[in-house]
Amino acid sequence: MTAQSLVVATAPLDLAGSGQPLKDRAFRWMLFAALTVGVVTLAVLIAYVTIKGWPRLNSTLWTNMPSIRRPERAGAQSAITGTLWVISFTAIFALPTGILAALYLEEFARPNSRFQRLVEINIQNLAAVPSIVYGILGLAVFARALALGQSVITAALTLSLLILPIIIISTREALRAVPRNIRDGSLALGATEWQTASRQTLPAAIPGIATGVILSLSRAVGEAAPLLLLGAVTFITFNPTGPLSGYTTLPIQIFNWTKDSREEFQILASATIVLLLVLLLVMNFVAIWIRNRTQKRW
Amino acid sequence: MRTIKPLLTTVSIVAAGLTLAACGGGSTSAGDSSLSGQVGIDGSSTVFPLTALAAEDFQTVNSGVQVKVGSSGTGGGFEKFCRGESDANDASRPIKDDEAAACASAGVAYGPLTVAVDALTIVVSKDNTWATCLTTDQLGAIWAPGSTVANWNEIDPSFPAEPIKLFGPGTDSGTFDYFTGVINGEEGASRTDYTPSEDDNVIVQGVSGSKGGLGYFGFTYYEENADKLTAVQIDSGSGCVAPSAATAQDGTYAPLSRPLFVYPSIAALARPEVAAFFQYYVDNDASIAEGAQYIPLNEAQRTTLKADFAALLAQASTAPSPIAS
Repeated sequence: MTAQSLVVATAPLDLAGSGQPLKDRAFRWMLFAALTVGVVTLAVLIAYVTIKGWPRLNSTLWTNMPSIRRPERAGAQSAITGTLWVISFTAIFALPTGILAALYLEEFARPNSRFQRLVEINIQNLAAVPSIVYGILGLAVFARALALGQSVITAALTLSLLILPIIIISTREALRAVPRNIRDGSLALGATEWQTASRQTLPAAIPGIATGVILSLSRAVGEAAPLLLLGAVTFITFNPTGPLSGYTTLPIQIFNWTKDSREEFQILASATIVLLLVLLLVMNFVAIWIRNRTQKRW
Repeated sequence: MRTIKPLLTTVSIVAAGLTLAACGGGSTSAGDSSLSGQVGIDGSSTVFPLTALAAEDFQTVNSGVQVKVGSSGTGGGFEKFCRGESDANDASRPIKDDEAAACASAGVAYGPLTVAVDALTIVVSKDNTWATCLTTDQLGAIWAPGSTVANWNEIDPSFPAEPIKLFGPGTDSGTFDYFTGVINGEEGASRTDYTPSEDDNVIVQGVSGSKGGLGYFGFTYYEENADKLTAVQIDSGSGCVAPSAATAQDGTYAPLSRPLFVYPSIAALARPEVAAFFQYYVDNDASIAEGAQYIPLNEAQRTTLKADFAALLAQASTAPSPIAS
């Protein structure tokens, strides 16, 4: 019905053709210009780092360790493995916690109670806290009070806190999009609340949850500020050997190389930026792929 | 339900892949040396290239030891050091009283080691016949923030009315921080209408190509380009002193030269891997300083360094049992 009435309503406009009011066209151009700003900036950035980093965009980037004595043979292996370690542990900590917290808030907590509203406001505020603040928190609590030091686990716990609000918010959105009648049907057939949530609501919400989770993990991958505060090391020539091992990550390695005045390191930094961008793009593609594969229409 | 299973499989494959990649990376660092353990050093970003180079060279012969070097800055590094969070601290200045007090109250004992000398050189073009010696005040007048000095005769009437063309490192560089700190009294305080470049070659080209050119960079870089540029002598109140390895080492080339320190913790030195690392650092100091483009120590200073280190090691061997890392 709605589709039909829309067609009817727009038909006279289409007939008007080139007689479109000036305002309409101006608005359309404005929208297009706004889009161009973002796309062109990204394109210029990618082109710039790719051209600059081109000479070093080869396998030495991931087979070799950083080197100060031999910049021409330096690579970023320790930063790549460091990033993978940190992000794996971040996912292990943040995913279950975030998803379960959202499930509680959405399915079990008494709706619109004072407690729920308080938690909601706090989570929304936390999502807006600058990442450096999480670094300070991580340094005080994980590195010092819990004596975890400058380790992979400290970084992962801190980044988990950083992305937890985003995971909770996106998971709640996904759960909310599951139609009410699926829950009602399940409950009517005698399933318990837990069975309904775990077997019906949560699986149905997976596309939305997966997208939110991967986008928030991408954010964690690109973070440097909180890790610098935690004492992520800027020169390290070994891969992490365990959760308590020292580490460095790609953003920190890039930061370190761009500070060096030697041209070789500038090129190396650009090549590593390309690598980081590729990693982020792959993660985003995975998110889109999961969503497209599992999406359902009600 | 049907759609969920393949998805879960996908997610677990991705997760397994990540974990495998991470673990695969981890196993390669297993070394074949008898020494093992971790050495953690933080501190000055000026000393960072030296210590990082020492770490790199050390690990090529001791692959079982993992040395990590941070660059939180001298002050930030001391804060961590005095909490026992690092085994040693790089410092581009001696420890301050309040930092020493923090270390003392936390029971962290340490000893300074002078590992190299940092020096800046003021260069002019070979065509410049007048500026053989400049006072620090004159340099300050030229480089002060908002300075309007445009011609050489404005800083000394006996100089010709040649326009001054200024070249220097960009604001990201430690050289810039150091120069502005000692000449303009505040790190980062500099006039901005000069040609900045992170590439010292650009400064060499710029200064050598203009009669009234003036620039500054590290001494070792001047040495490599001494055929194209003239180094200006510096008068800080006690006569003109030319920059050289010798005047930098003995500190007479003031205030543009300074010693660089590493402060190892005595307790950490009781651990064999930490002791071995610093033994290597001390033994190979000359090649490390050269590789990082600093001025190496002279013979007397090297002897002092070795004696200082031996004394620290002796203290470490009598120290109470080391804190487990």
